[in-house]
Amino acid sequence: MPKDGGIGASSKRREDVRFLTGTGNYTDDINLRGQAYVHFLRSDVAHGTLKSVDTKAAEGMPGVLRVFTGADFAEVGGLPCGWQVTDRHGEPMQEPGHPVLAQGKVRHVGDPIAAVVAESREQARDAAEAIEVDIDELPAVVDMKAALADGSTKVHDDLTSNLCYDWGFVEENKDAVDAAIKSAAHVTTLELKNNRLVANPMEPRVAVGDYNRSTNDSTLYTTSQNPHVIRLLMGAFVLGIPEHKLRVVAPDVGGGFGSKIYHYAEEAFCTFAAKALNRPVKWTSSRSEAFISDAHGRDHVTKIELALDADNNFAAIRTETYANMGAYLSTFAPSIPTWLHGTLMAGNYKTPVIYVNVKAVFTNTVPVDAYRGAGRPEATFQLERVIDKAARELGVDPIALRRQNFITEFPYATPVAVEYDTGDYNGTMDKLLEMADMSGFEARLAESKKRGKLRGLGVNCYIEACGIAPSNLVGQLGARAGLYESATVRVNATGGITVMTGSHSHGQGHETAFPQVVADMLGIDESMIEIEHGDTDKAPMGMGTYGSRSIAVGGSAMVRATEKIIAKTKKIAAHLMEASEADIELKDGQFTVAGTDKSVAWGDVTLAAYVPHNYPLEEIEPGLEETAFYDPANFTYPAGAYACEVEVDPDTGKVTIERFAAADDFGNVINPMIVSGQVHGGLAQGIGQALLENAAYDENGQLLSASYMDYAMPRADDVPFYSVDHSSQTPCTHNPLGVKGCGEAGAIGSPPAVVNAVVDALQRAGHDITHIDMPVSPSRVWAAMQG
Amino acid sequence: MAQVSMTVNGKPASGEIEGRTLLVDFIRESLDLTGTHVGCDTSQCGACVVHVNGKAVKACTMFAAEAEGAEVTTIEGMAAEDGTLNPIQQAFQDHHGLQCGFCTPGMVMSASALLAENPKPSEAEIRDYLEGNICRCTGYHNIVKAILAASGQDVSNIAAE
Repeated sequence: MPKDGGIGASSKRREDVRFLTGTGNYTDDINLRGQAYVHFLRSDVAHGTLKSVDTKAAEGMPGVLRVFTGADFAEVGGLPCGWQVTDRHGEPMQEPGHPVLAQGKVRHVGDPIAAVVAESREQARDAAEAIEVDIDELPAVVDMKAALADGSTKVHDDLTSNLCYDWGFVEENKDAVDAAIKSAAHVTTLELKNNRLVANPMEPRVAVGDYNRSTNDSTLYTTSQNPHVIRLLMGAFVLGIPEHKLRVVAPDVGGGFGSKIYHYAEEAFCTFAAKALNRPVKWTSSRSEAFISDAHGRDHVTKIELALDADNNFAAIRTETYANMGAYLSTFAPSIPTWLHGTLMAGNYKTPVIYVNVKAVFTNTVPVDAYRGAGRPEATFQLERVIDKAARELGVDPIALRRQNFITEFPYATPVAVEYDTGDYNGTMDKLLEMADMSGFEARLAESKKRGKLRGLGVNCYIEACGIAPSNLVGQLGARAGLYESATVRVNATGGITVMTGSHSHGQGHETAFPQVVADMLGIDESMIEIEHGDTDKAPMGMGTYGSRSIAVGGSAMVRATEKIIAKTKKIAAHLMEASEADIELKDGQFTVAGTDKSVAWGDVTLAAYVPHNYPLEEIEPGLEETAFYDPANFTYPAGAYACEVEVDPDTGKVTIERFAAADDFGNVINPMIVSGQVHGGLAQGIGQALLENAAYDENGQLLSASYMDYAMPRADDVPFYSVDHSSQTPCTHNPLGVKGCGEAGAIGSPPAVVNAVVDALQRAGHDITHIDMPVSPSRVWAAMQG
Repeated sequence: MAQVSMTVNGKPASGEIEGRTLLVDFIRESLDLTGTHVGCDTSQCGACVVHVNGKAVKACTMFAAEAEGAEVTTIEGMAAEDGTLNPIQQAFQDHHGLQCGFCTPGMVMSASALLAENPKPSEAEIRDYLEGNICRCTGYHNIVKAILAASGQDVSNIAAE
C-alpha cells in the first residue's frame, strides 16, 4: 500500500503550485529600485593578446553609467579553484589565474573583456557594440594531444606547458597492473571519446548585485546551487568582503545539473559594480552567452584495457585519459577526472588491480567542470563499453560476464581506494531483466526486421559515489573545503516548524521531501513543516546541492537537528507529566509515559518551550531551536542495471530509443514519485549525450554548436516512456536515513546502454562495428555502416 | 517610443515600448508578469509560450507592437480567480510533470493549446506537438503522462514510478 505521508510516501510537491501559476521567484524576476544593467563584451576569438580596449565612444552612449575593463579588476582577486590535485610525482597541479575581466589576453571565445553598465539592458548592449577592441590573434589550442606536443602554443604564458597535471591512481599499483596485463589470457582494448556537453538548465544564469552604503552590506542574488559556497569564495578570495557583510541569495533556481555550482565572474562583477556605482546591477545571460560562459562537462579522450584470465575473471584494468580543463580552472574542475572518476573505475566488479592515468590539459575552450554525474559517467561509459566488447571478443553473454565478476560481498574495498558499504548487483540485474522483458526481444527484433529496421539490445551496470563527502578524506585529496551540511530546525510556539537547510533545491523537490522526514520522526503532519533554503542569512552554513548529496548529507543534518529537538521536547514533556525522561515516548505527535495513560500533545510541549511557566528552567533553556552539522562517514554507493532497446534505420543511420528500463538501488527512498522523476530526467540527459548532444569546436576554437539551433537538446519526441524501478534497496549503513542519493544515476547509467544497443543492432545485421563515438548521430552510424 | 495596448488575462494593459521590444519583454518587464520565461534566444525552447488571440505563440518571437489590440493569456491567467488550478495545471502536479518549474509555464500553455485543437491526443501526437518546448529536468515522461491524463485518458498502464 502506498503511504499517505512521511518517509516512503509519494507526497505531491508543494512547490508545484507557484511554478504552475507563474508565481515562482527566479533571479531574473527580481528587480530592485534603481537597478542598472550590465552587458559583457566577450571575446569572439579563442586566443589573442589584448592590445587595446577603447571605451571612449561607449562611455558617451545614452544611458551608460560606466564601462569597466580588465584595468578596473587588476587589483581584484581572481576566481579561485576549490580543489588542488597532486600529480604522479607528488607535485601540485599547475594553477593559472582566472581574472574577472581579461587581463592582457583572451583565452576562449566568450572570455569577458569589458562590461558596460547602463540604465537599461538595451542601452548596455548598444554601448558594448561601440567598444573598440584590438586583439592580436594567436593560434588556438583546441586538440588536447596537440596541446601537449612540444612547441605547442601555451594557453597561459606563465605556466611551463598546457599540462595541468599528470595523475596516476593508484600509482603504487602501476607495475602490478602492467604485469597483469602482460600475462593475461585476454586483453580487450577500447579507445573512445566522452563527448563535451553543455549542462543547459532551462534557466540561464542571472546575477543581481546590491549594496547598502549606510551599512556597507553587499547582497548578491544569483542562480546558484550553493549560495554559501559563493559567499565564501567570492567574499574571501575575490572581493575581500567578510561573510557577515555579504549575503548571497539563490531563490527559485531553474535547474543546475552542476553548471550552477561554480563561482562565476559575472557574480563577482555585479557585486563589485553595485558598490562602485552605489546602484543595484543586474546581469541576465542570454542562451547564446550561456553556451560560451557556463562551465561545460565531460570531454575526455580515453584508452581502456581490460585484462581477463582464462576463466574470464577480470584480472586488471588500465586506463589513460586526456581530460579537457578548458582555458581556466573552474571551481571544482581538477577533482572531476581524478577523484570522481578514478575512484569509480572498479565499477560493480571484482578486479584485483587497477591503474588510472589522467592528463588534464588546458585548451582555448570554455572551462570544463562537473556536469550531472561528473567523472562517474566517464568511468561508467568506458568500463561498461569495454566489458561489452570483451564479451563479444570472447563469445560469451555480456550479462553473464558481468554477473561472473560482480562484487557480492560487502563491505568491499576496491583497489581504487573506496569501500562500498552495501549493494546487491545481482538483485538489480534480476529486477532489470524482468522489467525489460528480455524473453520478448526476439519477437520485437523480428517485427523490426519486417519493417526494414535493425534492432539491438544493450545492457550495462553502473555504480556511483554520492553523498559527498567526508571532510577529512576530501581534505587529504586536495579539496579546499569541507563537505558537511548544516540544518537548523526551528520549532515555533504553536508547533509549526521551519527547517533551514544548507542544501538547495532547484528542481529536486526538497520543499516536499525534507518535511516528509521530519514529519515521520515527530509523527506530525507534513503541512506543519516548511523548508527554507537558498539564503546565507537563514541557514548557518551550507555546502549546497550537487553529487546527489542533498538527502544523504543535508537530510542527515536535518535528522540530527530533529533528534536534538526530540531530546529536548522529551525533557519538557517529562516535566509536564511529572515523569522520568527515560519513560517518555513520542508517537503520532503525542508524548506518553510508558505504562500509563498520561499524554501531552506536541503543541502543548512546544508552547511550554516558549511560555515556560511550568518548565524545568534550572535544567534547560526556553525556546526550541536546534542546529546540527553532519559530516558523512563515507560516500554512498547507489548502483543499478539499465537496458536499452534501439532501432536503427539502415538507410539513414538514425537511431530511435524503443524501450528503456532502469533498475536502481538507492537504498531507502523518501518520496518514490520524486525519485522516479529524477531518474527520468537523468535518462533523458544520458540519452541526449549518447544520441544528440555535442559541444563541437573547430580548429580555431569557435564553438560550432552554440545555440539550440545547433546543439541538439533532447526533445519530447526523442525519448520514450521509461520503465524505472527502485524497489531493490540495500540501505546505506552509515547515514541515519539509509539513503544513497538518486540525482545523477540516470545520466551515469544510460549512455553505455544506448551505445551497447546500437553496436548490438549493427553486429546483428552483420556489420563488424565495435564502437561508435557519442553522439551516435545518423551521420556517424551511416558512415560506420558503409565501412 | 510608442504606445501599445492589449488585453492580458482579461484586463486592459498598455505601456510605452521601443519598436524592438519583444512581447515577452513587455509582459515580463512592463506588466511584471514574470511567469512567462525566457530560456533561449533562437525561438527554440518554448519557455515563453503565451496565447495570442487563442493561439500558442512564442512571445520572444513577436514584437510587442504586433500584439496591439490582441487578447493575450499568460500562465498567470490559467488558474481560477480563487487559485484553483485548471485541469492541465492540476494534472502536472498530480503526475509530477515539473521539477525546476522554469519550462513549466510554456509547457502548460502549449499543452492547453494542443488540447484545444485535439482534445484526445495520442502519446505520439503530444510528443510531436511539444517539439518546440524543451525541458531539461523531467525527461518528458511525466509531462506527456500529465497531458494524457488532463485529456481524460487512462494513464494507469504507464509506469507510475
